[in-house]
Amino acid sequence: MKILVAVKQVPSRDSAVRLDAAGKWLEEQDLTFEINEPDAYALEEALLLKQKHGGEVIVLCAGPERAGQTIRETLAKGADRAIHILCEDLVRLDTLALSRRLAAAAAAESPDLILTGLQSDDLGLGQTGVVMAEILGIPHAAIVMQVEILDSSVRVKRELEDGWFQWVQMPMPALLTIQSGISPLRYATLMGIKKAKTKEVRRIAPEQLSPPEPPTIELQRVYLPPRKKKTQMITGPPAEAAAKLADVLKFEMRVL
Amino acid sequence: MNGVLTILEYRGGWNRMSWEALAAGRALAAQLNQPLLAAVGGANLDEAMADLAAKPVASAYAVRHPLLGEYTADGFTAAFEQLIRAVDPALVLFPHTYQVRDFAPCLATRFGQTLIADSIDIRFDSGQPVFVRQLLQGKLNADYRHAGVGPCFASVQAGAFRADTLAEGPSGPACAVEEFTPRIEASQIRSQPGERFRQSAQTVDLSAASLIVAVGRGIKEQANLPVVEELARALGAELAASRPICDNGWLPMERQVGSSGQTVAPKVYIAVGISGAIQHLVGMKGSKAVIAINKDESAPIFEVADYGVVGDLFEVAPALTAAVKKVKGS
Repeated sequence: MKILVAVKQVPSRDSAVRLDAAGKWLEEQDLTFEINEPDAYALEEALLLKQKHGGEVIVLCAGPERAGQTIRETLAKGADRAIHILCEDLVRLDTLALSRRLAAAAAAESPDLILTGLQSDDLGLGQTGVVMAEILGIPHAAIVMQVEILDSSVRVKRELEDGWFQWVQMPMPALLTIQSGISPLRYATLMGIKKAKTKEVRRIAPEQLSPPEPPTIELQRVYLPPRKKKTQMITGPPAEAAAKLADVLKFEMRVL
Repeated sequence: MNGVLTILEYRGGWNRMSWEALAAGRALAAQLNQPLLAAVGGANLDEAMADLAAKPVASAYAVRHPLLGEYTADGFTAAFEQLIRAVDPALVLFPHTYQVRDFAPCLATRFGQTLIADSIDIRFDSGQPVFVRQLLQGKLNADYRHAGVGPCFASVQAGAFRADTLAEGPSGPACAVEEFTPRIEASQIRSQPGERFRQSAQTVDLSAASLIVAVGRGIKEQANLPVVEELARALGAELAASRPICDNGWLPMERQVGSSGQTVAPKVYIAVGISGAIQHLVGMKGSKAVIAINKDESAPIFEVADYGVVGDLFEVAPALTAAVKKVKGS
């Protein structure tokens, strides 16, 4: 079975957030980057499916030069090879244009299954996978918690609201967007890291995949969210802050 | 192109977020001076249409077909694509539900558009809507605009708009209820949905708790859980958690608060080492008071907190446990 996993490199969760001068994005030199967490779970699921059913896991990543680091990490964890769409314009690009590039690169591989995280931790539009499926003309399921392969079809457990679930079956090729936490993540082994150095990473220029199109949506500016609630910050050493909080709990909130 | 079409969610009962989306649609329609339209897809829609007829909507469409009885992305995308082509609205609005996340991106793609997903606010700039979205798990806000030609597609976040505003203001002319029968073939629907089910009977009802101590990623590992367990015990509080803690199996799923877990509204919610991703906030923002302890002062949890302590939870939480014991003992 041929499984393609689309991953994204995003700013780390604990990155310092400083706006750039134009107010369009962040000062990138302040940031550290990591694999988008839901994509890490998509990769994990792909590696588990390969262990069970055999085949190949191909990682697909669109991003600038620095995304190469994230790609190497996926290879170290066990992906067989990777495709890196070199693009510097990820933040300005809308979902439709990005998905067209990803879909074109994916189509060339004719995978049985495409997995990706349900959303990115940076832009969080939560739709790149679903749009890829639509462009490729293949069925999909979003927010998947479990995957079972049955001959030429796939049966998945979809997460719904408020603790509800539903099994859905569809023919392959299919695309699934994976929910975080589907199974524990593996770490790269030393052997894996060593092997990754020799694995193939094919680099593609975006122009080779889809012609540039006018944008459908525009990110106009980014800014720190205005405070809605007046938060009273309690300062001082831990014991002092804790004593103040205990007072608040007793006298103001009256719960002690 | 004319009208703001709000696509609502009904399955034998309403998804309550539908009314929030309709309230957002109403505000948009008023600003744009365009009619507010509503649509709902399904097989049995009689009760739904009776409800809709009483809403401040110019036209409500019953998108009715036997193949829409159980939701599938293929069925709903095909049906609403036909409706949108027939009605030709300027704007299509959705509640950002799990179902919408599954099919609305496909629908937008069919019109060569990108869905502006999960908006928390809609402002107007020179008469044009500006959609406010959260980036980086709520650390940043961003303004998005529709560009180019064709209908604009957007969805609104749970709790971002108030459904009760629908009852206010002039009701306008009576709502015209219209039937729309899409052409769908069984062969177009590639996926077979099974029954909906709940994983296990919930034995912990956090929604009734008046005091909750909730723990997040900041706890780092399972072995550290006693730090918050002791705090909860000292307070007489229920212990809850954000998603990653339950995903890791450190606490049972039934203690998870958030969009995929329980919705709580205690007197006091103490968030320990929780950054406050929106998926968590939607489950606890009904709390009467929120206290947040987090080492990152830019964590979004402080946006919803009444009291905040920026500090190491491994120092602050045990100190609070001791302080609570002391106050209770005195």
